[in-house]
Order: sequence, then structure tokens, then C-alpha cells
Amino acid sequence: MLKAGKHLVLGNVACAEGAIRAGCRFFAGYPITPANEISHHMSIELPKVGGFYLQMEDEIASISAVLGASWAGAKAMTATSGPGFSLMQEGISYAHMTETPCVVVDVQRSGPSTGQATMPSQMDVYQAKYGAHGDYEVVALVPWSVQEMFDLTIRAFNLAEKFRTPVLLMADGVIGHIMEKLVIPEQVEIVDRRRCSSREAMPFGTDDPSRVPEMPLFGEGYRLIVTGSTHRESGFRDESPKYHAMLVKRIREKILKAESEISDSVGYYLEDPKIVVISYGATARPSFGAVKKARKGGLEAGLFRLRTLWPFPDREIRRLAEAAEKLIVVEMNSGKILREVERASRGCSEVLSLPKIGGVLHSVDEIYKAIMEAYQ
Amino acid sequence: MTVKNLRYYREKFVRHLPTRFCPGCGNGVILNAFVRALDDLSIPQERVLCVSGIGCSAWIPNPYFSGDSLHTTHGRALAFATGAKVYNRNLKTVVFTGDGDGAGIGGNHLIHAARRNVEITTILVNNMNYGMTGGQTAPTTLYGGLTTTTPYGNPENPFNLTSLVASAGATYVARWSTYHVIELTKSIKEALQNEGFSFIEVLSQCPTQQRRMFGLSGTSSEAPQRILEMFLESTYIRGQPLKNNYLYAIPKKTPEAVFKSVETKLSGFHPKLKIVDHMAFGRIIKINTERVEEVKRSLKDLDDVEKVADPLEGKIELGVFVKCERPEFVKTLHNIIERVGENRYGV
Repeated sequence: MLKAGKHLVLGNVACAEGAIRAGCRFFAGYPITPANEISHHMSIELPKVGGFYLQMEDEIASISAVLGASWAGAKAMTATSGPGFSLMQEGISYAHMTETPCVVVDVQRSGPSTGQATMPSQMDVYQAKYGAHGDYEVVALVPWSVQEMFDLTIRAFNLAEKFRTPVLLMADGVIGHIMEKLVIPEQVEIVDRRRCSSREAMPFGTDDPSRVPEMPLFGEGYRLIVTGSTHRESGFRDESPKYHAMLVKRIREKILKAESEISDSVGYYLEDPKIVVISYGATARPSFGAVKKARKGGLEAGLFRLRTLWPFPDREIRRLAEAAEKLIVVEMNSGKILREVERASRGCSEVLSLPKIGGVLHSVDEIYKAIMEAYQ
Repeated sequence: MTVKNLRYYREKFVRHLPTRFCPGCGNGVILNAFVRALDDLSIPQERVLCVSGIGCSAWIPNPYFSGDSLHTTHGRALAFATGAKVYNRNLKTVVFTGDGDGAGIGGNHLIHAARRNVEITTILVNNMNYGMTGGQTAPTTLYGGLTTTTPYGNPENPFNLTSLVASAGATYVARWSTYHVIELTKSIKEALQNEGFSFIEVLSQCPTQQRRMFGLSGTSSEAPQRILEMFLESTYIRGQPLKNNYLYAIPKKTPEAVFKSVETKLSGFHPKLKIVDHMAFGRIIKINTERVEEVKRSLKDLDDVEKVADPLEGKIELGVFVKCERPEFVKTLHNIIERVGENRYGV
């Protein structure tokens, strides 16, 4: 584990370092580019802190082992990329239903299918939101730097523990594979799941306004029944309409009601915006350069950078749409978050798309040109 | 093995009765054998974690076993169990799975769990079909078997699961049937004590779906007993002396239709004839005689008889096939932690 202080490291290494500092002591994964360095670093570092690194037979087994370890008490994590993320959807859905805290990192690469396996993209953002079966609410964070690979991995664990839910870190091949400065603080804030306060466990029900139940663990004598089937507060299977509606409503509301706490974004030059560039992850970097260049040229341009994709910051987007003339959504796919921005802005301003497919990042000039064109 | 009052086992180990299993299902027999094994070994049930996937077998522990249980996704129980066992090695971890769950969709996890030799006891309930979803063909359905998705007979061959898991590296491998409850209970006890991956396949009766598969045309209430007797008839136990005082006549028509002609033909030998159910041949005539070779020759020219089968022909072997030692996975992981421990960072 790296000492506190300044380091020059790979994004994926920063992610693994953040995980261990957040208390992660179990990692199960399967090799896939461009997420491998997370596994490499975890396999080196976890045994040193008394943790476990497992290479499983596939991504389905990886997410499954993570969930089993979580119920045994571990802060647990896996890391993958597009095709592996698809295989994990079954387990992610199970994690929602059983309210199992865990962190899933998707270092996105360019698809469909094997596509450009070694090249970056932001093509899985809808898979993060809608990839698994059933009704659930997703928490997905998106880092734009090596520093944020570290910071947001810690936040991902804290949110997972606090809300008893899977949290997705939607990195991309650029951020995973760039090397830049990482500042590791002496201390990081750590949140742990609420453990059982009485001998009578009610692992799937609560009167707490947070709607997040306490989490007893295996081996503590509670005789837990955990199932992906619809269940009562005790865990006992009951597939009646009443209990299904109650359960699904609660697991969705615990995220929806906490939206203002979870949702996170950063604004740059948004005091008097005519044109607002909306971006996230790696594409926010050239977007930032383009906005700065536009400002130098005297154009009222700003950048709104999402640090959480889901829950989506509807209110902030609406406010921007009301204040600005045009919004430009810059992303490394054929235009996905674009639709969310269109929905959230409700026709208050024109929404333009600057998509990019081909496994390469936009250049600053491409985005600058789009700002100029929008300005005229 | 001490035998206690059934009520004792129910009150101590079973969360909820009656079960939702079909009448005559083998799952209750297996739950019974499991809790007796736990009780005999004095393993506190608070230390036991049962993990299961999807299918009828998954319901044996969840919700019926009164201990920790994790009812997971289809086929993935072993992967979930591996995660839990690795993180908390004090959990006595037992996986209940079926043939579809464990050998079909979860086949990859099965061989890899065996390869790792992770200390998990796996009880695979083999009813040779997908019972819960309506009796579809499984990777264990016998060649030619009739199921709801092989209406013209199964064109595929079944797995030999014990050979598969043994070659993958399990350190305890056995096969029994729900007829062999004493042997099964003893075997579960051995498995629970094995420091490594243990695998027990249990041939189990599914009166709801197997009547079609095995051509049991009688009433549904007689099906469970007939299937159990069929398990006895169609299996032999490794290491036990084999009887050689009988053979089977496989009839061209129904056994009832050819019974008389076989009886007449063999009248000189005074054999004992009986119609039995057999997993490989269906409903056939069993001929008990001390003059096996003469009877065989005599039946050769009988038109009504398709073929004469020797006692072991088409039979499934039961018994304990593997008992060995190899490095155990979780122990090895802890050894690694100890080895790199000098760099250990305070948690």
C-alpha cells in the first residue's frame, strides 16, 4: 500500500489503493482489458492487509463470490469492463434485491461485443442504469482523474455500506490507464454498514427514515434467510403482491430519497453561461480545455461535470437549461447521456450532441469548434 | 449413528413445516439425512451456512433449514459459497444444488470449486430433469429418456458427475440414492469432516416428472415407492460382493404380455420371476435362478424377448469413490497472508 503523500500512479492502481483504504478486504475478478491493473494491484496488496484476492472462473462467479463475502462481513469489490459487466448483471440484480453492499468497477472499453478491446469508451452508461432485470435504483459514480479514481472508489464503498446497495464506479479506459499525480491523505473518512442492534434480526425491514435495514452477518447466530426471491422483512420468502410492492418500493426509495446526498457534480465558469458543455469522465478533460479556451476568447461558456451518473441530477440540469441558451453533451459514445439531458432540460434550452465513437477521445479543438458553432 | 425421535430433529433443525415439495419428493429424505449428520457430529447449526441456487433442491435449506442460508441465483451457489467461506472460514459451508443447477448452468463453477479444493460440502440432488420448471431434459437425463423437451427421446448422453468432479480435483466424492439413507447420512458426515471440497451426488425421486421419464404408468401415489425400488434395482455399491444369481429379460412388448411365455419357457428351471422397474431398461422381468447360464441360453430363441441382461448391465455405481488429501484453498490463502505478514498494515 502506498504511503500518504504525493505519487505518480496509474488510474487503476489509484482505484485499488482507494479500495484498500476504504476497508476492502475481498476482491474477486476475472482478467479483462482495460481493468487488469486493478486486479494486479489488489493481488499484491490485499494479502498484506489480511485480505483475500480471488481469480474466479468468470465474471458471473466473480460478482457471486463478492456477494457471498459481503454477507460474511467483507467490504468486497470486483472490477471488469463491458463484456464482463454484462455477465455481472445477474449478480448486480441479486445484490439490489438482497441489499448486499459491494462495489463494481467498470473500466469501460469500446463495444459492441469485443469491439476495440484495448480502447476506451463511455458506452456502458445505460447498461449501468438499465442492464439488470427488475425494478431498482442505481448508484453510479464517474471519475475524471487518477485522483478521483482514488477518491470516488472510497466514496463508492461508503455509499454501498451506508445504503446497503451495489455501487458502480463507471471509469473508462482513459482514466484507468493514464498516469498522473495522486495525493493520498493521512486519513480518509470511512462508513461501515449498520450492524444488528438486537438479537431479533429484521434484515429486510426497518422503521428508520433512511429505509436502510440493519445488516446481520452469517455466523453470528441469527439463522438468516437471504433470498433473491421476494421476501418479508425477516427474509422469509413471500411472493404475494403486497410484499413485492413493499420491498421494491423501499429498495428504490432508499436511493431516490437520498438523491441530494448521493448526487454529485462540479461546475466550472457557470456564472453567466450562454453555452454549457455537459460531460463526465475522460471526455470532461478536453471539455474543460475547450471551455477555458472559449473563455479566453471572451465567450460565455461553462462546463458542468457529472461525478455521479445515477441518480441523475435532474434539478441541476433543469436550472442550467433555464439559465443557458444551449447545452452541448460531450461523451465517448453515440449520444446516451444526451437523452437524459434532453429529458431533464424539458425543452428549456436547445440540447446539442457531440458524440465520439472509434475508441478515441475528443480533441480540445473539436469541442471548442462545437462551442463556437453553437455560439453563432 | 444414534437415532433420535423425529420430533427432536424437526424442532431443532427445521424452520418451517410442512414443506412445499410435491408428495413423495426426495428432498425431505435428503434434509433428514443432512440434519442427522449435523446432529451426530455435534456441529452447532449456528456455525452452518447453507448456500443454494435455483430449483427444487435449493429449497431444502432455504427456507427449511434453521441456520444461516443463502438462496442465490441459478447455478451460482458454489461461487457465492466460495466468497463466504474464504472470508469467514469458521462457517461450515454446505451447498445444496440440483443436476440442472449444479451440472447444467453451474457446471463451470462446479469443476472450478473442485479444482480449488475449497472446503465446501456439496450435495447435488440428481433427479435427472429440471423438475421445478416442468420436467425439461437435463445434462443428467439418460440417453433416450422422455422429458417435456425430448418428446422423441433424449438425443444426448448424460454426465457421469462423480467422475467429472473427481477428475476436477475434489478430495471426497460419493454417489448414493434416496433409497440408501443410512449410507447417505454416513457419507454426509464424512464429507463434513473432509478438509477440502466434498461432493455427494444423490439420485433422487421426482414422482411429478419421472413417471414420464421412466414410463411408470401406474397411479401417482405408487410412484415414489416404485422409483425408490427402481434405484435399488438399478444400482450397485462399489466394494460390496455382487450377487450372480439373477438376470433380466427385456421384453419386446410389455412385460405382462411376455411374462407367460418366459414362465413357460423356463418352467424346467423353476426360477422366481418378478416384474421390476429399471432405470436403463424400463419395465422388465427379473429372473432369479442358480442356473444363470442355462437360463440365458434358453431365452435366446424366445421371440418375445428383446435381450437378456446380466446383473450389472446398465447399472449405476454407488459408493465413495474418492477420499484423498490435497492443499485446501482457504488454508493456502491464509498461509499466503502469513507469508507476506511482515508488511502487514494494521486494519
